[in-house]
Amino acid sequence: MLYAQILVNGLVLGGLYACIAVGFSLVWGVLNVINILHGSFVVLGSYVAYFAYVHLGLHPFLSVFLSGALLFALGYAVQAGLINKVIRAPVLTTLVLTFGLELILNNGVLLAFSADYRTVQLSNPMGSVVVGGIVLPLERVTATLLALALTGLLYLMLVKSRVGRAIVAVRMDPEAAALMGVKVKKIYAITFGVGALMAGAAGSLLSVVFPISPLNSTEFLGIAFVVCVLGGLGSIAGAMVGGIALGVIESFGALFIGPEHGLTIAFVLLILLLIVRPTGIMGRRGYE
Amino acid sequence: MMNRVWTVLTVIAIALVAAMPALGDNYLLRLGTMGAMYAVLALSWNVIGGFAGYPSFATAAFFGLGAYTGGILQGAGLPMPLAWGAACVVAAAFAALLGLAILHLKGHYFAIASLVVGEVLLEIATSWTSLTGGGMGLNLPIIRISIDAQARLFFWSMLTFAVLALLMNYLVARHRLGFGLDCIRQNEDAASMVGIDTTRYKIIAFALSALFVGGAGALYASWVFYIEPPDVFATLTSVKPIVMAMLGGAGTVLGPAVGAVIFLTMEELVWRNLLSIHAAALGLLIVGLIFFLPGGLIGLLTGRRRRAAPKAKGGAA
Repeated sequence: MLYAQILVNGLVLGGLYACIAVGFSLVWGVLNVINILHGSFVVLGSYVAYFAYVHLGLHPFLSVFLSGALLFALGYAVQAGLINKVIRAPVLTTLVLTFGLELILNNGVLLAFSADYRTVQLSNPMGSVVVGGIVLPLERVTATLLALALTGLLYLMLVKSRVGRAIVAVRMDPEAAALMGVKVKKIYAITFGVGALMAGAAGSLLSVVFPISPLNSTEFLGIAFVVCVLGGLGSIAGAMVGGIALGVIESFGALFIGPEHGLTIAFVLLILLLIVRPTGIMGRRGYE
Repeated sequence: MMNRVWTVLTVIAIALVAAMPALGDNYLLRLGTMGAMYAVLALSWNVIGGFAGYPSFATAAFFGLGAYTGGILQGAGLPMPLAWGAACVVAAAFAALLGLAILHLKGHYFAIASLVVGEVLLEIATSWTSLTGGGMGLNLPIIRISIDAQARLFFWSMLTFAVLALLMNYLVARHRLGFGLDCIRQNEDAASMVGIDTTRYKIIAFALSALFVGGAGALYASWVFYIEPPDVFATLTSVKPIVMAMLGGAGTVLGPAVGAVIFLTMEELVWRNLLSIHAAALGLLIVGLIFFLPGGLIGLLTGRRRRAAPKAKGGAA
């Protein structure tokens, strides 16, 4: 029974991880940019949810739209204004640039909100139910289901919408897409915006589960990395699989080795995977 | 001709730095030691990141490994200089082994793998309490000479490492190895096709990039008497040398050293005056650097832009 409970905990955690990672994976896959800002985007989403709840009484599950919209605007501006200008430079340039931007953003968030941990104290919490001896904390479960639903929406957007098709086209072959009349740099900005949107939305959902602090941004970034490599770069299904795998591995790792080693286990796994399967753990094809 | 001018200027600069102890100001001496340490880190990164174009974020891993190797050996009774030398060897050997495992990765995959190695070592150092003292940190043996004499000793030692690192860069740049690394940066597949043993070259470069960093870590540990995992394995230790090298001119011999000195000057001003936003200030420096000084200061002076490496599309390619 203990193992079943831990498995469920891992699955619940994994859905949230998938939502954290999918935007990061999208940006990496389409733009070949590792967005070091991603962790801070998640934290910003949490702060939007926190303040929307404290000042407007907006439930974090609803402020997903608000944080998503705000983060989309921020992400779009960063890509269009800065990263697009050096997108053709060697990998090191974009990597160091997003690192520099992250130092600025994270320092700004620290100054504005301090390093104190905050939590969203819901006035009418949903509590938990016991199903077949397994405890299901309802807020967590709902957050995870919403995270998976959002990820599903992103998938639909990529497959069905005009913009989504353009993103997929640019990912597969930017030159050919440009010849077909796709404005590649605009698509890059939209993609980066969507990546930030998913991070912000994930942040809002996380705010009912985890304490909020700028200090968490590195951990979220680490999670995004590992999920991406575990599941496969740029594919939505990959992010889902990787997220859930990480959630389950972390939960069992916490049981057997100790909760403080969760991220390390993930990192060791990541290095091993990189060594064994260096080129694309799952396919680098379109978004299926 | 140009080369001779640079050589003379370099010797003058080193002589000026070496004259710092004569001023007898311990603050200046501390700055000089820091500057020499930064130069070691930036010059070392330059071998793999500048010459070969591999975005290594492993500097913190080598630095921390060196610091703990030196600290533990000194604690076991090994004389200080031997402990430093051992740290050099251990870091270079570790890099060679690590290189075997991760140097076949390209672009972002290599960058992440090299970054994560430091995180894993940090965790090991934190949890292996019996050897490293864990989160409590590690105290190093007290040296029985006066504070002033210590300050001078560490300054001279660090400066020696810096000069050796500069010499190493110079020799690599002039040697076949430098030519091979340049080819690897421009087009690794083509380099391999014309008969360059890319694997061997990359591993040598990676080991060289760890050699003096490990020593500098051990020296740093002796200098501050106390180390703890988050201090010596800090991610910023991996990022700062890259910024310094880019500031001066990555892929040039003198650039990283020049960048280190300028970086230290800026950091010192920022640290003292803008404590609460020092990270943001560093961030602004990075952003400004990438947009306004992509070739670094040396590139600006010589009017020579570093040839852009071919676009590494896909990272996994």
